[in-house]
Amino acid sequence: MTNYGEPALADASNVDAFVEFERVQKSYDGENLVVKDLNLTMPKGEFLTMLGPSGSGKTTCLMMLAGFETATHGDIRLDGTSINNIPPHKRGIGMVFQNYALFPHMTIAENLSFPLEVRKMGKSEREEKVKRALDMVEMGAFGGRRPAQLSGGQQQRIALARALVFEPELVLMDEPLGALDKQLREKMQFEITHLAHRLGITVVYVTHDQTEALTMSDRVAVFDDGRIQQIAPPDQLYESPENSFVAQFIGENNTLEGTLKEIKGDRALVQLDDGELIDCKPVNVSKPGERTRVSIRPERVEYNKNRLQAGVHTLKAEVLEFIYMGDIFRTRLRVAGNDEFIIKTRNAPDQVRLQPGQQIEIGWLPDDCRALDA
Amino acid sequence: MSDITQSGPVLAADGTPLKRSLSRALRMQKLRALMLIAPLLLFILVTFILPVGDMLFRSVENGIVRDTLPRTVEALADWDPASGELPEEAVFAAMAADLQIAAEEKTHTKVAKRLNYENPGVSSVFRKSGRKVSKWDLATDGPFREKLIDIDKGWGDIELWRTIKTYSGQITSGYFLNAVDMQLGAEGPEIRPENERIYNTMLIRTMRMSLIITFSCILLGYPVAWILANLPARKANLLLILVLLPFWTSLLVRTSAWKILLQQQGVINDTLVWIGLVDDANRLVLINNELGTIIAMTHILLPFMILPMYSVMQTINPSYLRAAKSLGATDWTAFWRVYFPQTVPGIGAGSILVFILAVGYYITPALVGGTKGTFISNLIAYHISTSGNWGLGAALGAILLAVVLLLYWVYDKVVGIDNVKLG
Repeated sequence: MTNYGEPALADASNVDAFVEFERVQKSYDGENLVVKDLNLTMPKGEFLTMLGPSGSGKTTCLMMLAGFETATHGDIRLDGTSINNIPPHKRGIGMVFQNYALFPHMTIAENLSFPLEVRKMGKSEREEKVKRALDMVEMGAFGGRRPAQLSGGQQQRIALARALVFEPELVLMDEPLGALDKQLREKMQFEITHLAHRLGITVVYVTHDQTEALTMSDRVAVFDDGRIQQIAPPDQLYESPENSFVAQFIGENNTLEGTLKEIKGDRALVQLDDGELIDCKPVNVSKPGERTRVSIRPERVEYNKNRLQAGVHTLKAEVLEFIYMGDIFRTRLRVAGNDEFIIKTRNAPDQVRLQPGQQIEIGWLPDDCRALDA
Repeated sequence: MSDITQSGPVLAADGTPLKRSLSRALRMQKLRALMLIAPLLLFILVTFILPVGDMLFRSVENGIVRDTLPRTVEALADWDPASGELPEEAVFAAMAADLQIAAEEKTHTKVAKRLNYENPGVSSVFRKSGRKVSKWDLATDGPFREKLIDIDKGWGDIELWRTIKTYSGQITSGYFLNAVDMQLGAEGPEIRPENERIYNTMLIRTMRMSLIITFSCILLGYPVAWILANLPARKANLLLILVLLPFWTSLLVRTSAWKILLQQQGVINDTLVWIGLVDDANRLVLINNELGTIIAMTHILLPFMILPMYSVMQTINPSYLRAAKSLGATDWTAFWRVYFPQTVPGIGAGSILVFILAVGYYITPALVGGTKGTFISNLIAYHISTSGNWGLGAALGAILLAVVLLLYWVYDKVVGIDNVKLG
């Protein structure tokens, strides 16, 4: 970073920040905090998803950014300016709502023209921009219709076009795909991401669907209990969860409970509750004797003895159920007293199909097995 | 799917046409539905539709003249009122004969009353003559022209005979003409002299005041409905009870309460004088005029405006307003361009309800309206229960009904009736 000879800025790392939450708290009733000490920095052009169960505070954060809720404490900045006291209509932030909120008494073209009209734009310019926005979402022929005459997916596109037509730099989306069926949802996920990258806009996207979060985002902020539990790119989030909530919430996950025996560098030895020992990677455990939850992804479990690394601890397992799912096999095992231990294997010609009742030994790379908080 | 390739009607499995099969299957259902509504249908038919029909018929029915004075009507057929001469002796003879029978059956006073509506003064002529004519011998006592004029000079007035001739038909437009301040003159319908006009003024006043009341209800009710719709359900229900509270009090009690509040020695005037806003000598006239009727009726009809508006506003998702604001609209623009248009169906429903109720309102204008603030319904009530001129009352009622239907039609054309929502 270039030093301009100025005294070192306290937040020098945030110089290129576009959206910033600094120590933001929100309470509705004066007794409970819905958002607890939120800190977040987003660069321009990023697609950030706020992911979390309902009641985790993610929508409240979005509403504070949009200006529909005021922060009880803390500072929200947009492009370096505090926006705490700027009313929503002056923030210039585009927003897509869960129910689309297309004005039912206006045609599609009038809906799109609305943000331009309130900006006192001339008629011909308005028409041109509306047309361009409609073409952008491939809905050019629908300008004269009413929202009620469109399908859910079409309404979704119009809502998107309306949020983009006045060329905001920041667009907020509040579970915009929640009402669509699975196929359409997946299609729209790609369309939204492509559009966002093409236009170079900054997007804050709220969802409780983790697949959506992983496929669409540059970074995902996992919310729980009013806090960001982890904020990271999708692959890091999935492969290196920092606590057991994130490990459980993102993707499928096997959990084994035990006590930390010892830590040596980046290796930890954990004694499971039935006495067996396994090797793990310590993530947020420090002292021997501490309770820990060990997390292993189902697809990282190996039961083919030839492929197991020499010298690592293995566990005995009993096959309870084998489910054929087409592209993968899903096998449920009993491991160290846990009946819900899942392994996933690719459907390949050389793959062994396990039979219920079969006794096997399983193992994994120590790096894939993460010792997290209990 | 052999049915598709066949031409002709689609057949059910047993070969009967599908349509007939279906209607047979639905017949029982329809019958049951009809049975369920039958008691109400019957009740409405007997207590509402038949009386209304009867009243509408009375507004044109006019058999009494022809039934009571059949010979006179026949004899008058050749007489031309425009000639300026009295009818011939034969007509007077026929009248004497008719009067004898009528006096015996005591129907002459009824026909007198009927003719008196059209030509004031006729009543006494008939009453005076009825008794005396019954003593005459029709065969020998003629000629009757001079004898009748001797009894009452009224028989020598061409206008009387013209009235009888004009109203000798089985049906008449007289009541309706009367109801719009017109009468059947020598050359057909004509406008009544200025001092006899009243009904047009009343009708226009009724419409104008009903409109004012409707608009006051919109102005006062809209913010209330908005608050109700935007409060959490528990608080909204509590407030809704306050809105409905007037329904649990007698209309008469509420109207009388307004009398106490509004009169010149009433609570409001006393308070204003006490504060010093109004001089004791010039207390405000708030009652027994149009203002009194408007105030009291706005209060009484307000719930009918609030409820439909509330139920429509409740269905409007708050995200519309948020969307408008996020798109750059100020609070006012968001309200006016996005929220308000969506509440129009509720305003429409409330307005129709309030206006139609107001146009036909009777008790409140009668109690607080004085002479300046009464409605056409007060006149209708007067004709039905006091003057006994049912025909005119019925004609006024029919006109009121027609005006309401017309307004309803206009409303449908302008706003669209399917835009009206009660919730």
